[in-house]
Amino acid sequence: MRVVLAEDLYLLRQGLIKLLEVHGFTIAAAVETGPELLEALLNEKPDVAVVDVRLPPTLTDEGLQAALAARRQVPGLPVLVLSQHVQQLYARELLADGSGGVGYLLKDRVFNAEQFVDAVRRVAAGGTAMDPDVIAKLMESRAGSGPLQRLSPREREVLELMAEGCSNSAIAARLTVSDGAVAKHIANIFTKLELAPAEDANRRVLAVLAHLNGTPQRTPASGWEA
Amino acid sequence: MAATTPLEDMKAAGRAVPARLRDSVLAVGRSLVVAAGAGFSVVVPFLVVFFTGIVVDQYLDAPASGPVGVLLAAAVTGVVAAYWCSRRSAGWTRAQIRRWCGIRVRAEYSPMPPLERDERGHWWTGFSYHRRHGVARVARFVHWSVRDAATRRDAIWWLLNPWSATFFLVPPVLMLGGGVVFAFAAVVDGDLGSSRPLSSVISLLLGVLVAVVGLLITPYALRAHLDVAARVLEPGRRASNTQLKRRVEELTLTRADALGSQAAELRRIERDLHDGAQARLVAIGMTLGTIEHLMETDQAAARELLSEARQSSAKALQELRDLVRGIHPPVLAERGLGDAVRSLALDSPLPTEVTVCLPERPEPPVEAAVYFCISELLANAAKHSGARQVWVDILHRAGLLRVTVTDDGCGGAQPGRGSGLRGIERRLGTFDGTLSLSSPPGGPTTITMELPCALSSQRISTSFDKG
Repeated sequence: MRVVLAEDLYLLRQGLIKLLEVHGFTIAAAVETGPELLEALLNEKPDVAVVDVRLPPTLTDEGLQAALAARRQVPGLPVLVLSQHVQQLYARELLADGSGGVGYLLKDRVFNAEQFVDAVRRVAAGGTAMDPDVIAKLMESRAGSGPLQRLSPREREVLELMAEGCSNSAIAARLTVSDGAVAKHIANIFTKLELAPAEDANRRVLAVLAHLNGTPQRTPASGWEA
Repeated sequence: MAATTPLEDMKAAGRAVPARLRDSVLAVGRSLVVAAGAGFSVVVPFLVVFFTGIVVDQYLDAPASGPVGVLLAAAVTGVVAAYWCSRRSAGWTRAQIRRWCGIRVRAEYSPMPPLERDERGHWWTGFSYHRRHGVARVARFVHWSVRDAATRRDAIWWLLNPWSATFFLVPPVLMLGGGVVFAFAAVVDGDLGSSRPLSSVISLLLGVLVAVVGLLITPYALRAHLDVAARVLEPGRRASNTQLKRRVEELTLTRADALGSQAAELRRIERDLHDGAQARLVAIGMTLGTIEHLMETDQAAARELLSEARQSSAKALQELRDLVRGIHPPVLAERGLGDAVRSLALDSPLPTEVTVCLPERPEPPVEAAVYFCISELLANAAKHSGARQVWVDILHRAGLLRVTVTDDGCGGAQPGRGSGLRGIERRLGTFDGTLSLSSPPGGPTTITMELPCALSSQRISTSFDKG
């Protein structure tokens, strides 16, 4: 699996290259700046890109902007964005086109190599990987209003893990319950949030995130109404 | 109004004539008041001088000083009366300008310096020593009144006022009065003599014409007189001593505040680093050392400690992240004020609508100060107001950054209660910013922050809301 990596700090870049290579990825390009990243993404067409938000030359959100620009030209290009801090604002921007294949994680998550590699693979496959912090903040700011109050505590846990992008079996493993129980919880959540059930796991996750983001999804023509 | 009928037009035109007539009559009345005031303020000091001279000469026999004593007494009372009259007449004129033209002419008298007593019992006025308290007070008053710019302007106006009134106000009033008298005389003459009816009709018309012209030009004449007054009395563009002093006091205060809060901030950062990340790194180092030992003997325990070390480093990172957010929020550095406030709105438990109209980015220190103020106001709204919706408006116009935070809560917020608003005020004060609060019981609460600021680098204006 070919990866484009963008990270300006030498130590972190080398560490990420080593980590990804150990887990069987091929590094197609490792770049330092925003413009280089955009060029690499458009030329290499990698299976997945791992991108730091803050990149030279401006040291603002160059990485994020380059990733978004590349996704506008190549819809659905899988991008996993890493950052020292997570913002709901950036998560929304990444999710806005609704085509999936996005990840947004704190750099700390690299510490747990298995989970990190799992997230990269998930994003490459068109799934999502949202940081638990983002989801927690999202849940917090939506908690006071409406349908979320109708969920049971267990259902909320399932919802959080689902929003992070976990599959049914991953949720089952994390909560140490059976796959069947998870499926039942998910069905309940969809009923309580008044979301249309979906077979495809990725579309299901996007529907949940859209709901949490408060993005209106009354127009079925938009193509990702779940 | 596009759809007025001819009849309405005629009515409007009909109303215009009485309105103008009323204005003119009002102006005549006001001119008389102004002229009387000017005359009064000049005549009174002369009368005072005159009567003082007579009284001193007649009743207080002062053979030693002779006529010199009389003249001295008259001069002193005259100066005091002139001072009083000049101040009074300037005050009247300011009030008239404000009432009739709606222009506020500021009167900035500098405060009189306090008298200080030294250890010998002498009084220090700020520029000289005096043994007697009374003398010191007089000396201080004289010194102050000579140096005070506003008092000088009053004196100039006192001298100029009669001339200006004579030049501007007397001619139109005379024309009005003379015209009326002339016309009246013509009518009376015509009735009695009737020898030359044509000439008496011409005299009548001439008199009426002069009177009408006098009546019509009176408002303009009054306006011109008051314009001269405003020019004389208005404090100059050049900052006065008083203003400069006040400014220096302000700057000293805000500088002390800024330095104090900066020092406190540094102390907090130092403490957080010392107790948090630093301590954790020490712990990680020790754990790693232990692991080195255990590698050979007890691998299971070593693995357990490794996971502990990893958790420790994650916690250290979390703490550093929180600390960084408190120092300078990363999203502010990356995106600027607008998106940083949007990010705040997203994290706020209340639905918050953010409207930003900033063509460019403000200076970084201003940005940071405004960000933290908004952050605190949003936290306040969530905690105390019981609001269901908050609106944040950020607007830059004419060199002024204005931020309004409005909530639909219960209102009744007071600047004194809790140090939150005070702290915000102090933070803004460093940038010459102000905070105003409108919070009637029952709501809504609107807090407006304004601070002068220049903009740099290109940014677009956007609107955004969170449901």
